[in-house]
Amino acid sequence: MDRISQMLSDYNVLSAFWMTVQLTVWGALGALVLGTIVTVMRVSPVAVFSKAAAFYTNVVLYTPLTLIAFFFAFGVYMKMRISLVPLSSPHVTHSFLMGVVALAVYHSSLVAESLRSGINTVPAGQAEAARAIGLDFGQSLREVILPQAFRGSIAPLGNTMIALCKNTTVVATIGVAESALVMKEMIEMYADLIVPIFVIMATGFVILTLPLGLVFTWWSKRAAVLR
Amino acid sequence: MVEDDRGPVVEMEHVDKYFGDLHVLNDINLVVDKGEVVVVIGPSGSGKSTLCRTINRLESIDSGTIRIAGKTLPDEGKALAELRAKVGMVFQSFNLFAHKTVLENITLGPTKVRKTPTAEAKKRGMELLERVGVANQASKYPAQLSGGQQQRVAIARALAMNPMVMLFDEPTSALDPEMVNEVLDVMVSLVKQGMTMIVVTHEMGFARKAGDRVVFMSDGQIVETNTPDKFFTDPQTARAQDFLSKILTH
Repeated sequence: MDRISQMLSDYNVLSAFWMTVQLTVWGALGALVLGTIVTVMRVSPVAVFSKAAAFYTNVVLYTPLTLIAFFFAFGVYMKMRISLVPLSSPHVTHSFLMGVVALAVYHSSLVAESLRSGINTVPAGQAEAARAIGLDFGQSLREVILPQAFRGSIAPLGNTMIALCKNTTVVATIGVAESALVMKEMIEMYADLIVPIFVIMATGFVILTLPLGLVFTWWSKRAAVLR
Repeated sequence: MVEDDRGPVVEMEHVDKYFGDLHVLNDINLVVDKGEVVVVIGPSGSGKSTLCRTINRLESIDSGTIRIAGKTLPDEGKALAELRAKVGMVFQSFNLFAHKTVLENITLGPTKVRKTPTAEAKKRGMELLERVGVANQASKYPAQLSGGQQQRVAIARALAMNPMVMLFDEPTSALDPEMVNEVLDVMVSLVKQGMTMIVVTHEMGFARKAGDRVVFMSDGQIVETNTPDKFFTDPQTARAQDFLSKILTH
């Protein structure tokens, strides 16, 4: 017991999980915005847009998140010296931001696929009726298709958000001090406590993901469109 | 109904359309004048629904010309949306916006397309719902209504745009028999108010009672055009005689 409290005073597990939460929240916001844009392009009648969106979705979806994280952290930031904040900012800020970007980009493909599956739940007649009363493409999407598609996408989007929360552990590889990185360090220093470490980390993730799952299930039932 | 009193509202000239190898519309020529009620009948697969849907370009055509109030139907974009706003459409499967209440279904077009203030659109929406007899359902969602009620709301939704012509694509085919009449009653009242209408239907009673002209289609062609009385009592073509003999014997 003493060793466990010793370990917990050496390593701030709470702040590591707080980092996980921040990665999840910002990554999710970015993924939702990017994914929505990609979906709108995907269903647009302009062939160039829909082809480009399909290409983006497939390339990103089939590339491992680790590679995408490396691409942004080592390729974009370290090699090309491109970042979201001035380069004089502390290194940890860049790592965090590149982690968020990698998570947002990777999960935007999953968000786009979730939204597209939601759009497929909207009967074609809804779009026809929207066009028939004189709504243009953008209005039809905004007023009729996407609100219904979004309701049909809540369950798959929820799964994507849970996956995103767990996938934040991958950005430990680019040096973001989130839970997985702290876990790795703890295992190195307190190898005898491997079981307690496992239990602590697993419990932490269950505390994060289980409520997410429950909220999304409740929400998808509540928002379901009656047909 | 701000346009001039007479003259064609819908003109179709040499319209052809193919679905792959199927010649679904074959040299269609049809002129519908203001205030006229044209009933399109014919066997399944004769192209009558497709004809109806080409008039507001829910289906594109391969050749020929379609004009609405003298203006050629635009291909895509804003101009097409503006034109569609003037052409009311009622679908077989109602297609009410499932996530909006009955009243919101009616006000969406006026507020977004015509930029009518919400309060005014709601007031007019309630008047229209009153007119089709479902005002007491205004705050419900479409799925909570019966088929007949939904279709009457769909008619009100189309009327809210003050269309110069109303297209009905088999408006009663998806309804339980006891609900057919409530929808036909609303349509007959529109006829009485002088609405220009193109009605694709299997309701021969409606065609007889309310139609100015019957257009009979078969295999993508307009085979016969006549007044309802003449068409039902003395069809000129063998194809029409055959069709009527099959549906009027029971």
